[in-house]
Amino acid sequence: MNGTCGRWCAGGACTRQRLTVTIGQARQAGEDLSRPATPPPPPRPTVPAVVFLPPRRRFTDVAAVTAQSASLAAIAVAHLVKRFETVTAVDDVSFQVASGSTTALLGGNGAGKTTTISILLGLLTPTSGAVTVLGCDMLRHRYRALGAMNFSSPYVDLPRRLSVVENLTVYGQLYGVRDLRRRIAELARELDLEGFLRRPTGSLSAGQRTRVTLAKALLNRPRLLLLDEPTASLDPDTGDWVRSYLERWRTETGATILLASHNMAEVERLCDRVLMMRSGRIVDQGSPRELIEHYGRQTMEEVFLDIARSQSQPFVAAEENRR
Amino acid sequence: MIEPPVESARRGERGFCWRRVSGILLRHLYVLRRSWPRLLELAYWPTVQMVLWGFVTLFFVQHSSWVAQAAGVLISAVLLWDILFRANLGVSVTFMEEMWARNLAQLFASPLRPYELVVALMLMSLIRTVISVTPAMLLSLPLFGVSVFAIGLPLAAFFANLLIFGWSIGLLVSALVLRFGLGAESLAWVAIFAIAPLSGVYYPIAILPVWLQPIAWALPPAWVFEGMRAVLFSNETRLDMLAIGAGLNLLYMAGSTGFFLWTCEIARVRGLLVQQGE
Repeated sequence: MNGTCGRWCAGGACTRQRLTVTIGQARQAGEDLSRPATPPPPPRPTVPAVVFLPPRRRFTDVAAVTAQSASLAAIAVAHLVKRFETVTAVDDVSFQVASGSTTALLGGNGAGKTTTISILLGLLTPTSGAVTVLGCDMLRHRYRALGAMNFSSPYVDLPRRLSVVENLTVYGQLYGVRDLRRRIAELARELDLEGFLRRPTGSLSAGQRTRVTLAKALLNRPRLLLLDEPTASLDPDTGDWVRSYLERWRTETGATILLASHNMAEVERLCDRVLMMRSGRIVDQGSPRELIEHYGRQTMEEVFLDIARSQSQPFVAAEENRR
Repeated sequence: MIEPPVESARRGERGFCWRRVSGILLRHLYVLRRSWPRLLELAYWPTVQMVLWGFVTLFFVQHSSWVAQAAGVLISAVLLWDILFRANLGVSVTFMEEMWARNLAQLFASPLRPYELVVALMLMSLIRTVISVTPAMLLSLPLFGVSVFAIGLPLAAFFANLLIFGWSIGLLVSALVLRFGLGAESLAWVAIFAIAPLSGVYYPIAILPVWLQPIAWALPPAWVFEGMRAVLFSNETRLDMLAIGAGLNLLYMAGSTGFFLWTCEIARVRGLLVQQGE
């Protein structure tokens, strides 16, 4: 790289490099940002990033399974069901996400991804099942976990009339962030927000808004970050920048990320594990490499299409048959 | 092993937190600060109402022996009515502002408790009400020679009673808008005007048909406006009326707060928090 970032630079003054210390330095040094740089990644979890639980129905069993598994995972979901009148949006879903991993929740429109994420955020009460996040039962003690997690979604706005700094101040108060001014300045530097901190959020471009919602999501230094299509509607350059930032952020903090995305290249690049959903159920799981190999495909995009169109035997089922 | 987030648990389980309440207040004060037309509009309508009823008073003072006994009765009534009206709008519009901004999911996914939101809505309503009615109250003296402050100390009690009842209606409306969506937003204006005829703002409750009077007496504003007339016409502070009004207010407040909090839980069950917006 020649020391300019291409998009944001005018002449020799690259505000992005100046403001984004870690990523800017890496870019100047010509590092490949698609790979985690030093410091080394945190030790891998001793449990698989995603663990399937055997199908059980009784609530007492759910509680027992959850209590056992919750001690190992950042997220433990057991036999989760969500019905809206006649529609079953989530149908007996069980999974765990190990601490420090990045896991993708994939599926077509209406597969149940957003419903699952909403339940994890405490925005939806499940019809049945158990949800443990960061060791807290989300149905009984959701506020213990909510202060240590956060989320970003292009479909949930921040107040558009408020300026960026006002929005971050308000949410900093809500999340009880200490030394808020310094934290906002830190995020503004890292996410390159300084040029438009005083502008109304509604007047920003999609890329700028995405970075603002990401800043809001990182305000409280979350241990668990839920991302719903983090790069939707972004141009390739900005999308790549966001992905690079998330990679480095996770490497540096050791936090857990669960993301829903329709961008399979993004999933291959960011995620250790993939949960595939269809019609409210998890139909397959594995690492991107495992799934690609199992389906005999070249990319996750092709795997996604196979699973979405039900042309292959699911990887998990095949594994169970082999056993 | 993943431990529960200790720091957050310490803060999170502590329960009520003023910092989160002030966060919500700050959010709405930022909106007001950024929009002078909104500030102007808040003060505009009560002032226009006061001017209108001021001229009506000037006319009736010459043609009505009842008004002539206490020239300030109509202007005081309209100013007190505006307290009730603005307190209601202060809660419901502030809440709907979050729905218009599609911000509810952000709030409910944060550590903010629904009861903290209720407190923030009430405080914001108090701020908006004071901004709304203060100019009209101050202008009524130079324009028409009527000062609502002549009511004296009972004015504070009337203000508090009307404010609290306005909050109750506002919370009820907010809960209904959360449950039925923004299509029901006109309830904010409809609900309060449905109460107006029964509140005896400009006339004694005795004027109402006999069968309507028990309903009117079940509403705190009826006791407030009767109390106001007692002060203005006979210079008598009816503590009994104030006490009954305050007692009723406690019931309405408890009921509407409970209904709002219950609706928040229903919203989580039905997925209403993630489906809001225009």
